[in-house]
Amino acid sequence: MSLGIWLGSLEQGLLWGAMVLGVYITFRVLDYPDLTVDGAFTLGAAVAAHYILLGGNPWVAVVIALFSGAAAGLITGLLHTGLKVAPLLSGILTMIALYSINLRIMGQANLSLLRVKTIFNQVLNIPQLDTFGPVILGLLVTLVVVSLLYLFLQTELGMSVRATGNNEQMIRSLGVNTSTMKLVGLATGNALVALSGGLVAQYQGFADIGMGIGMIVAGLASVIIGEALVGNQTLIRAIIAAIVGSIVYRAVISLVLQLGLPATDLKLLTSLIVVVALSFPLVRQRLGLRSLRLRSEQNAEASQREQNLSSRRG
Amino acid sequence: MLKLVNVNKIFHPGGVNEKVALKEVTLQVQPGEVVTIIGSNGAGKSTLLNVVAGVYGVEGGKVILDNQEISHYPEHFRAAWIGRVFQDPLQGTAASMTLEENLTLALRRGHPRRLRWGITSAERRLFKQNLALLGLGLEERLAARVGLLSGGQRQALTVLMATIATPKLLLLDEHTAALDPRTAATVMDLTEKIIAQHRLTTLMVTHNLEQALRAGSRTIMMHEGKIILDLHGSERERTTVAQLLNMFERASGNSLVNDRVLLS
Repeated sequence: MSLGIWLGSLEQGLLWGAMVLGVYITFRVLDYPDLTVDGAFTLGAAVAAHYILLGGNPWVAVVIALFSGAAAGLITGLLHTGLKVAPLLSGILTMIALYSINLRIMGQANLSLLRVKTIFNQVLNIPQLDTFGPVILGLLVTLVVVSLLYLFLQTELGMSVRATGNNEQMIRSLGVNTSTMKLVGLATGNALVALSGGLVAQYQGFADIGMGIGMIVAGLASVIIGEALVGNQTLIRAIIAAIVGSIVYRAVISLVLQLGLPATDLKLLTSLIVVVALSFPLVRQRLGLRSLRLRSEQNAEASQREQNLSSRRG
Repeated sequence: MLKLVNVNKIFHPGGVNEKVALKEVTLQVQPGEVVTIIGSNGAGKSTLLNVVAGVYGVEGGKVILDNQEISHYPEHFRAAWIGRVFQDPLQGTAASMTLEENLTLALRRGHPRRLRWGITSAERRLFKQNLALLGLGLEERLAARVGLLSGGQRQALTVLMATIATPKLLLLDEHTAALDPRTAATVMDLTEKIIAQHRLTTLMVTHNLEQALRAGSRTIMMHEGKIILDLHGSERERTTVAQLLNMFERASGNSLVNDRVLLS
């Protein structure tokens, strides 16, 4: 594979990285199966594209995308905490509603950004940096997002959000309103997802109504791959795992595309990756138990032999 | 300090599963009093604690803490004044967070959670001092995840967490019942030490009649949602476990069939 393809998956992994972090926040930190993600990603792209086409600054567009995602997350959260809708359904309802809202924002199913100023064609104009421009930009954005998220999760508020996902009864008995913490977590997670959508739209040069479909599964696949490769023993490790997982996932995707798999089969492949990854601990447990049993049998035999020896000596 | 006035608690009111868990319960607890609560399964002991903590609302009556009616405050709001330890050692701590993070969350009980840095170095020193008092060597493991600790260690930590921001009222719901006898004794000693140190007003549910008479200064017995016995002072001192069993049988009008109470 050529350098271009590796560079491409690195770029994509970094730009989609914020989305993966969003999924990490809702699914792992908050333990909330939030399906808003599919809608929030497109929402970020739609809002950013629309704002840029109105002549707005592409960086401001990214920030507006971020806040639009936070609003979407808040709606999901209010459906759950206020109206007691089940977590899964609350996300689905917002996601479906966002489909119409995204079409309203874009006015059509696809908005092209090819002839307007984006954050990417700005860096591409820098001489000598042009090939690596998107990667450097992606790295910078990822660095900022990762650092801010890491700091946030260690504040009083961030710790309370983590504890809410970990042990709701305990943190309520310590005086925290868990409904508020769920709102904070869902808003943060979907803000990151929409931020990613805003970046990706500018990177691809278009926003499309279908670009968020299956985003949640891609995000989950990345989170799981990252956890398997990097681990999640500490907070910083889990955050870095999400980014690494995102890059590896994009690399796998471009690899199989190179091998000739039609792009339309990607969603199937993504689902399979998640299924395999989810079944992995079970398979490992079965295998691990077997090896443990073998070892204990060997140990038992060895001690038996020792006993025989000593009794003979005695 | 704590006053319950004619408190009623009914689960599933009006339905086929209607269950009256508390019937016109009235109880007055003096500041610094340590009350042990005994009774068979389903007597309403845990419900009583949960009604005070705000896990359940009440169908009638009032819960008053420190001259303030708290019956209509939500659980997290009342938590500002109430420290709690649960029966299950896993319930009182966040497994995937570190010891110091758990303690920080506990130290902020009753304060709004802001975008402020979580743990200061002064707090870390405070945690080390307090953990050293437990005598479990936990003061060296501030950055370890709580999930790595044993059940007994986690329960000891929970007792510390419930009291590190001194509460007005401490609720212990059979907090040593899930531990092995030796660990249970350690956690109980620790609990009594902390209660004495801060002169905490305490309600403690227990299945252990011997413990119920030995710990604290007052013992109440519950049956079918009512307080049927209230022992304190010299009367309580003279009472033996056998007598307590007798009293239970007399008061409730039937023999005690709960072997968990008999055996403990």
